[in-house]
Amino acid sequence: MSDVMEFEGNKDNISTKAYLEEAVSQPEISSLASVASHHSAPGSQPLGTGLEARGVHAWFGKHHALADVNLDFPAGTVTALIGPSGCGKSTFLRTLNRMHEFIPGAAMAGEVLLDGKDIYEPGTDVTKIRLKVGMVFQKPNPFPSMTIAENVLAGLKLAQLKAVNKDDLLEECLHRAGLWNEVKDRLKAHGGSLSGGQQQRLCIARALAVKPEVLLMDEPCSALDPGSTLKIEETVRQLIESVIVVIVTHNMQQAARVSDYTGFFLSDGGPGQLIETAPTSEIFSRPKDPRTEAYVTGRFG
Amino acid sequence: MSTPTSAPLQSEIPPAREIILTRRFSDRVFRGVVTAGGFVSLVVLGLIALFLASRSIDIFKTFGFHFITGFKWDSGDPDNGIAPVLGIGAMLIGTIVTAVVGLVIALPVSVGMALFLEYYMPIRLKKSLTMVIDLMAAIPSVIFGLWGFFVLMPHAIYWAKLLHKYFGWIPFLDVQAPIFERSPFIAGLVLSIMIIPIVTSISREVFSQVPLDRIQAAYALGATRWTMIKAVVLPFGSSGIAGGAMLGLGRAMGETVAVYLVLNLYFQPNFQVLFSAGGSVASMIVTKFGEAGQLELQGLMAAGLVLFIVTLIINFLSNMIVKRTSRTGN
Ligand SMILES: Nc1ncnc2c1ncn2[C@@H]1O[C@H](COP(=O)(O)OP(=O)(O)OP(=O)(O)O)[C@@H](O)[C@H]1O
Ligand SMILES: [Mg+2]
Repeated sequence: MSDVMEFEGNKDNISTKAYLEEAVSQPEISSLASVASHHSAPGSQPLGTGLEARGVHAWFGKHHALADVNLDFPAGTVTALIGPSGCGKSTFLRTLNRMHEFIPGAAMAGEVLLDGKDIYEPGTDVTKIRLKVGMVFQKPNPFPSMTIAENVLAGLKLAQLKAVNKDDLLEECLHRAGLWNEVKDRLKAHGGSLSGGQQQRLCIARALAVKPEVLLMDEPCSALDPGSTLKIEETVRQLIESVIVVIVTHNMQQAARVSDYTGFFLSDGGPGQLIETAPTSEIFSRPKDPRTEAYVTGRFG
Repeated sequence: MSTPTSAPLQSEIPPAREIILTRRFSDRVFRGVVTAGGFVSLVVLGLIALFLASRSIDIFKTFGFHFITGFKWDSGDPDNGIAPVLGIGAMLIGTIVTAVVGLVIALPVSVGMALFLEYYMPIRLKKSLTMVIDLMAAIPSVIFGLWGFFVLMPHAIYWAKLLHKYFGWIPFLDVQAPIFERSPFIAGLVLSIMIIPIVTSISREVFSQVPLDRIQAAYALGATRWTMIKAVVLPFGSSGIAGGAMLGLGRAMGETVAVYLVLNLYFQPNFQVLFSAGGSVASMIVTKFGEAGQLELQGLMAAGLVLFIVTLIINFLSNMIVKRTSRTGN
């Protein structure tokens, strides 16, 4: 356990200036004006080499929650993470954008490579990592004191970024989250005045507004009705043009519908482990591991 | 007559049922005790008001509204035929001026300290520092007054001179004569130190209740700690801060001994906070109480009643502000 990283409270090393300069010089910022339909144009956004977890372990104090997870998230794909409750899916997801370290006593080991660079490397700007690896939470959490429009653009303020044209960015993100038609006439209403499903799509729009390379979604539909769920799944499929999506779900049909790859996690008393990962169709039709088969056929967990 | 489509509908709607809740015996006992407790405090409050009112009724009969708006306080001299004139206008204005000065100084310090305690302090130090601040609230006000007079005042005079030198062009930072001791500014400073603990601990309490999912949402969007605080913590805490500030204001307005020691009472309205002339209803009551004659004593009772009512109004307003901001803030 010598290479375990202990997070030391809250360290602030902010240098968003560098990010700003870099971001402004990139072509996709100037193409923010394009709306959802333009995103289907191939190659409209340059994709990185993807996200990669190598030998990731996670602890909560002494409790070893996750052991040795190796998983690739190639560019242009959606990966679903499935498994019974408490097997470490959320924990794993939170190691991917360094949200894990918010929990006092949390520790991790291994590497998470984003475009080939370890995000846990000393000297890395955490805020910059979280900009590149966005997150949508299980419970919709819009900022209640802000309007719908302010919510979508909140990331710009929070990360001190500049947008070329805020109105275009607002419209684009709401389109991509499948919410534009429902809220275009009430952008000045409060975020909390939307329904739960709309709030969740608002949170997706908010996450997209800072142009993440990766979007982590932790059971984003677990509190939603089937209609909203379908809308979000559509959104996810459209996102793969520009964003790598990792989605945790308890819903097998959802995993089958949205994902290209599926990873199955399981904890047999000890720390959670990645049992099997394969293209989604294989996981559901001919899983290699009997435990995976038991789980996806509903005989277990 | 209504339209045919709605007529049958209306006849189908039954009258609302009366919902009767039968409470358990233990519930009823508890309710009784709590209600009685609340009632007692209301009764005590009412009795105090009644006592003050009965003692000061003659004053209001004699001086009318001039008692509140008048600036002169003269118990008169019956032997020489000088009629008494009693008015607490200057003292009321002074009370508000010193309390506002105190609050203007205390509020940013308290909010800053609360943010620091909640979001920047290592957890081990946080507990002990919180305790120290809470202890500060328990220090008797005469100690603050003495400290203010002997320790703070010499420094504060220097700060006042600096303020006057560079910001004297602002009307309320000007002085009519270069006398800086025992000014509303110094009284406000002492008051601010007295109310900082309560405003800080209320703000900190509110900040500690910010929902974690909102904080995490902000961090997940690449927020720094400070941008997170601006976007999430302050909007959430605004109502609590306002409530704490109003409580502090109420306490500052009622403060007696400390202000008595560091403020030069002067029966003229003075808005120049750096100048050595101010007012405070509470301090005036202590100052005059010892050698007050029959009529003057009644005047002091009346002053007490006015202060009592003003404090009630402030509390009422603070409640309204808290309600209003909490509705828009969340
Ligand atoms: N904040 C925490 N402090 C301590 N232990 C935790 C914490 N969060 C999670 N754990 C533990 O880590 C393990 C993995 O939890 P995790 O939340 O990752 O499970 P999950 O797979 O997301 O489950 P679910 O499907 O129910 O969301 C569990 O044993 C849990 O008890
Ligand atoms: Mg989970």
